Amino acid sequence: MSATTMVRAADDLSAFGGDSVWVVLLKALLIFVVLVLLTLFNIWWERRVVARMQHRIGPNMHGPFGLLQSLADGVKLALKEDITPKAADKVVFVLAPVIAVIPAFVAWAVIPLGPEVRIPFTDTVTPLQLTDMPVAVLFVLAVASVGIYGIVLGGWSSGSTYSLLGGLRSSAQMISYEVAMGLALVAVFLYAGSMSTSEIVEAQKDVWYGFILVPSFVIYVIAMVGETNRAPFDLPEAEGELVGGFHTEYSSLKFALFFLAEYVNMGTVAALATTLFLGGWHAPWPISIWDGANEGYWPVLWFFGKVLCFIFFFIWLRGTLPRLRYDQFMAFGWKVLIPSSLAWIVAVATVRAATLDGGIDRRYMLYAIAAVAVLMIGLFLIGGGEKEEEPAEAEPEPFDAFAGGYPVPPMPGQAPASHPTSTMSTTSPGSSPESRQES
Amino acid sequence: MTAFWILAPIMVLAALGILVVRKAVHAALLLAVVMVSLAILYLVQDAPFLFAVQIIVYTGAILMLFLFVVMLVGVDASDSLVETIRGQRALALVIGLLFGVTVVIGIAQVSVGAIAGMDTANADGNVQGLAELLFTSYVFAFEATSALLITAAVGAMVLAHRERLVPKPSQTDLAKKRMRDYAEHGRHPGPLPNPGVYARHNAVDTPALLPDGTPAESSVSRVLSARGTVKTAPEVADDVVALVERDNHSTAGARPTRAASPASSDDTDGEEVR
Repeated sequence: MSATTMVRAADDLSAFGGDSVWVVLLKALLIFVVLVLLTLFNIWWERRVVARMQHRIGPNMHGPFGLLQSLADGVKLALKEDITPKAADKVVFVLAPVIAVIPAFVAWAVIPLGPEVRIPFTDTVTPLQLTDMPVAVLFVLAVASVGIYGIVLGGWSSGSTYSLLGGLRSSAQMISYEVAMGLALVAVFLYAGSMSTSEIVEAQKDVWYGFILVPSFVIYVIAMVGETNRAPFDLPEAEGELVGGFHTEYSSLKFALFFLAEYVNMGTVAALATTLFLGGWHAPWPISIWDGANEGYWPVLWFFGKVLCFIFFFIWLRGTLPRLRYDQFMAFGWKVLIPSSLAWIVAVATVRAATLDGGIDRRYMLYAIAAVAVLMIGLFLIGGGEKEEEPAEAEPEPFDAFAGGYPVPPMPGQAPASHPTSTMSTTSPGSSPESRQES
Repeated sequence: MTAFWILAPIMVLAALGILVVRKAVHAALLLAVVMVSLAILYLVQDAPFLFAVQIIVYTGAILMLFLFVVMLVGVDASDSLVETIRGQRALALVIGLLFGVTVVIGIAQVSVGAIAGMDTANADGNVQGLAELLFTSYVFAFEATSALLITAAVGAMVLAHRERLVPKPSQTDLAKKRMRDYAEHGRHPGPLPNPGVYARHNAVDTPALLPDGTPAESSVSRVLSARGTVKTAPEVADDVVALVERDNHSTAGARPTRAASPASSDDTDGEEVR
């Protein structure tokens, strides 16, 4: 029975909510500063990594290793002329970038950056996390879904066809990929028995959920790329088709806000992935042998190391993969990601429920699952043999030298006919150019 | 209580705004304001799960779907007031009244003392308490509601579904069709000409010019020509006229090369202007 009570116990969030006002303000300020710096760093890093992947050098002149390049670019961007199109819906046009950028920052309020620490030069002990709540992960999802409004409204209010199409794509993309994303998180909730981020990190003290819940992890990583509009899923701003998508008409500081929101969102989903699947601020294996690795301010280093690994993955994807076609992208979300994550949740829930309350021993269950899997694979292989013979019997079509009234060469395997077929007499190709000019 | 007094005026103003504003997207935006404020009120009332669900489901998914549809049907489309289902208004009135009565009865229970309060409900944690109620006392209502929702979703799919009567044309079929069109109707089998070729502008609303100087109709999107926003070549070349005239006035006599260059770069166009 102890297992049941453990699952149903209320979250212990006593560490939160007791901070004095200056501690809260300090934490909020630090989160803001860290995120802006992280964005500047990420832009530089993306440019350098993509440059290396393309055998270029990338920005390397301003500051050490070119690190100040994004700062200079940011200042330049902010000082450019701010253009509002005549056809734009003024209020929404100004509001949209703000709606996009605020939720991106707010989501970080519930991300645990480290354990409880003592603030230097004071006696105050506080967790390295602005706040926590029993539904912290859902809070991140909720805030992210508000952030998409910025993109959709920005696309609509610009009064431009390209922007509108970008906004439309974004709303459809968000609805479909947030479902897959939410379903990927359910397995973590089942294992951790909580939806609070600090509790989930605490539950991963021994083993990270990224290792035991591999399908959830993979689905989340794919969905998070879709959710942040990054390549190869950057269809709302596909420059080849939509110029700039939702931000076509934006310039200067408003465009900079969209840019900032995108990079902070990358950080947010990466931080959430770290928290839920890679043990949060816990030290990775070889380091975790050292007892002091999970104390003091060291965990901040491990946390940001993992987040930057995800950011590198984002950049790597962008440097490697071409953009998906829109219908393929939607089909992938609805027909592959959602059904597979549903099946996975049912499997996880079944295993959890069966092993809880002193039910079946987990080892026997795993043996049974392995046996069923082997059986299924065997059936799949045996059954698969019959299908391959079917399409071979299609007989070659007889060769028609004037198929559709136009001379064509024979296809491979077709023998050219000795005399022209009757099609030629019915439609004479010579008459076509005249009729074309009439049209 | 402070949260309530800050949010309540915002909510009331936004709700009134929904009735007043002209554009559907503005109404949707104001509705989002109402919903998010409502969610924050839930949070203040110790119902964090309801807060998250309110934003994710209503603001994030359903309202986004509204926006999607509003954008698809056209931003300025107005509603038709014709009643398509008979007795709809009367039914809506009855059901609305019933709902109002239910709400009043529900709230009236505060004075009777039948309500336990959130502290009792959240004794085991908000999410855990909610889960326990949903899957024990109210499991039948929960399952019935989910069955209803699934039925509605499947019904919508059945209504929107259409059996494919003919096989989907493959790339080969389309190529054959193009060649047949060329043979029978003389339609050009290749891609359509680009807009703006040989014209002064290469914008999408400027038709390409054929070698004889006439605009190629097929080079402009049908949507643009239906809206009547297609520009003609002389229209976009008016700045050339101004340029030529100014140069003629300023340097009378000697015709400068600068005036000739823009006109000669699009020769057919310039011809028409003069």
